Parts: sequence; structure tokens; C-alpha cells
Amino acid sequence: MENQQKLIHTFGALAELGNEIAHKQNFQEMIRTSLHLLLGSLAIMRGGVARYSRFGHELNMLVVRGFGDDFPLSLSLCHEDERQFLTNGLAPIEVSQAKVLPFFQVYDRSFESKKIELLVPLVIRDEIVGVVMLGEKANGEPYSAYDKDIICAMARHIGVGIAQRNLMAELERRADENRRLYEDLRMTYKDTVKAFATAIDCKDKYTEGHSVRVGKYSEIIAHELGWSDEQIEGVAVAGYLHDVGKLTVERNIINAPYRINAKESAELNKHPAVGYEILLPIHHPYTDVPLAAKYHHERLDGRGYPDGLEDREIPYIAKIVNLADSFDAMTTDRPYKRRRPAHEVVEDLQRSAGKQFAPELVTAFCKGMLKELTGETKQKRFRRLLGKDYMEAEGIVPMLKNALNGMNPTSSLTLVSLD
Amino acid sequence: MNTNFNIPVSTTGETATVFATDYLNKLSGERIERECKRQLDAGAKTLVVNFAETEIVNSIGVSILLGVIDAASNAGAKVVFSDVNNDTIELFEMLGLTNHVTVN
Repeated sequence: MENQQKLIHTFGALAELGNEIAHKQNFQEMIRTSLHLLLGSLAIMRGGVARYSRFGHELNMLVVRGFGDDFPLSLSLCHEDERQFLTNGLAPIEVSQAKVLPFFQVYDRSFESKKIELLVPLVIRDEIVGVVMLGEKANGEPYSAYDKDIICAMARHIGVGIAQRNLMAELERRADENRRLYEDLRMTYKDTVKAFATAIDCKDKYTEGHSVRVGKYSEIIAHELGWSDEQIEGVAVAGYLHDVGKLTVERNIINAPYRINAKESAELNKHPAVGYEILLPIHHPYTDVPLAAKYHHERLDGRGYPDGLEDREIPYIAKIVNLADSFDAMTTDRPYKRRRPAHEVVEDLQRSAGKQFAPELVTAFCKGMLKELTGETKQKRFRRLLGKDYMEAEGIVPMLKNALNGMNPTSSLTLVSLD
Repeated sequence: MNTNFNIPVSTTGETATVFATDYLNKLSGERIERECKRQLDAGAKTLVVNFAETEIVNSIGVSILLGVIDAASNAGAKVVFSDVNNDTIELFEMLGLTNHVTVN
């Protein structure tokens, strides 16, 4: 009868322990509960669970019961101890029989004062993950073979719990490392893209900084469209690289201080397709970067180049870069043409919406500009790119509001008060 | 009777009675152990653990009671288990807890 009750009690503890290891999310709570279950199953007066650090070769106490404050929180193992523990496996070691090992010689006094009788190395898959230390039983009897079997089974559960935790920690560490590597890679990519943009712009002394500005204007448009940070980054990169094909165009054509002739124009107009060929083999972290280079001179009305695509045939990212590129061309000095005043540029954008540019993109761009001029946003992106005087020219705010209200109603237009 | 952190306690002179309830069988039962230690620190010489509302005691409960017994022993106090049902008495006897406490 007594044996039956004992069995029910210990197997109840074993079942609870299995459940605990499998389902408890909080590692510390899991270990504390496990020690309670182990001590309570055989009425062991005191005990502790330590986790093994193979880097520091030490056992760090995770939880103790009845050991008092003077018990060491960290215990060192030498190679001989490790070797013996690994050979021993999960079988409980009687402390009184194991005094030849350096570990027991070093901590003999601590074990004796706390009446620690058994030590169970937690060896899981040929690796020490920790140890369980157990004091005397409440009934004062020595540990029987049955007790040791129960302890071994429960210790295995605890060892698996610790091994799982170690594995999770290792996975988290590697995931963190991967995240950092990915960040580094992204930074390297961005730096390379910027270096490319500078190289492209160096070729044309009149349009210095053009690629960078197109990248920034593209970013503003994407931001106004409510795109995600990653998408915004992607469109900025497309802006930086849209003219990469110009690297193969002769410098005297790019820098011609006159309107170039038809032959020269044909040569220059190859740059979108060449840019596409350059960018295509690169594994970009963003989509459509090569397409933006290829189609950034296409127009909604089909009068663009290289393929004369119309509206829906043109990749959206190319439409954005096209608007940003044209805006920069209008607002910077060229060898044969001075930059145009702000009001003319806004009028031109309005006029070209639906012909050259997608109307909702013109709306987004004008909104971005208006927000900055009315102080709705604290950012000074346009002022920085175009100069304070240019941006604050008289009449530009009402003109932008008019432009927004007069835009094609099928676009994502919001009416703006003229007051 | 007053409650401390939801653990019912009553004190008479140097005797403190702590009511085990069903908290005993969970990790939260450590609060019972802490309350017992608090009573011992306050000078209790007899610690009564009342099991009137405790139907069964599992391994976690046994471990917590061993902690109480250990703390009382260190403080030189006596531990009494009261209102324990027969099944639980049998369990305590089988595990040897009754070597350390008085059961009534």
C-alpha cells in the first residue's frame, strides 16, 4: 500500500516535471518548479540546480533550496572533473565516494556543511549542461536504487530543459549576429550606391549632385505616398542609380554647352538601356532598381524613350524617378539653360500631369513641398536641395494649393483650403 | 485572522498559524514559505501550518513544507501540522516529514 502511494506521488511529480519542461516559457520559473518537484517527490531536505558554462568551465547556481547564503554561487570544474562527469553520465554520484575528483576536494567543506549527499551531472547528448546537487532525505534514510532511478529520470528532464534554453540562447545570438551582418551589408550597399552616384555625377560638371537629388526627391514622393521605410529606401537607391548608364556616354556629349544634335542625342538616349544592363546582374536588396534606370525617360502619353511605353506599362518606380529627374532638370542650371523660377516649375508640373507624369505623383510631390512651406513638417528637405530663397519665392504657397485643387479628380487628391 | 499577500495568518502569543490553502501546490506556494519565515523572524516559537482547506499535497507542496521545516529548525522553533486529512498524513509519514513535525 505504501509502495503504491509512493509510486503515485513520484510519478505524479515526474509527469508534472515533463509538462513543466515542455510548456513553461519562463526559464527561471521552470527551473525553480523543477527543483521543487524533484525535492518534493522524494522529500529531500535541500538541493540546487547549476548550469554549466563550457566557456568559463564553471557551474553557476540557477536555484538553491536550503543551502543558505554562504554556499558558492559559482563552482569551477577542471578538465579531469569534466572528463569524469561525461563518463559518468546522468547517474547520481555519491559525494562521499567521489572525493578523489578535484571538484569534490575543492568544495568538500561547502558540500559537507550543507549535507550534500548526491551530485547528478546533467549530461545531454554527450555534453555537460549542468548539475543537480541533493541533500539528505527527510526520513534520514540513505538513497535507495529506486530513489536514484527516479532522480536520474527527473534530472534528465531538467537537463533537457537547460539544453533547450542553451540552444535557444545560441539561436538568438546567431540571429542577432545575422541581423548585424545584414545591417553592415546594407550600409556597405548604400555607401556603394552613393559612391556610384558621385561617380555618375562627376562625369557631368553641370549637373553635380543630380543623382543624389533625384534620389532625395524620389524619397519624398514615396514618403508622401505612405510607402514603408524599406520601399522608400529602395526608391531612393533607384534615384541614385538612374543615370548609371551615362558612365558609358562620351563626356563631350554630356557636357556639350549647346543643344546636342540628333546623332549625339541618339547616343545619349542609350543610357537608360545601358544602365539597365549594368544594374541587372547586381543582387539589389530592393526590387525594380534596374527597371527604374531603364524606364525613367518614359512618359504616360507614350512619347518617351527607349520603348515608348504608355501609362500602365511603365513600372511605377520609373514614374517616380521620372518626376524627380525632370524636377531636378527644371530647377538646376544647365549649360544651355538657366534654372526656371519656382512658379514656372509648379505650373509645368501641373500642366504635365497625366501627359508626362502620373497625376497622383505630382499631387504627392506638391503636397510634400507645401507641407514644408506651411511648416506642417519640420523637415527642410526642399530648402536644403533648392536653397531658401528659391523655395520661399512669393506666391508659391497659393500656387501649390491651386495646383493641388486643380489636379485631375481621379488622382489621390485632397482639396486644400486657400485661406 | 489577517491576510498577508493573500496568505491567511493568525497569531496568538508565540504561536503563528499559517493557512496552507491550495496555493501550496504551485510555485506561488513559495509565498506561504516566505510568510512562515516572516513569522519566525517576528519571534514565533511555534509555527502551525493549517491544512483545513488543503485537499491534497503534491511534490511542490512537500518541497515548500520542507523549506518551512528547515527554516523553523534553523530558528529553533517547533512546527505543527494541523487539520491534515488522512491521505496527506499517510503521505507525510511515508516521506518522513512526520519525523520533523507534530501532526494533530
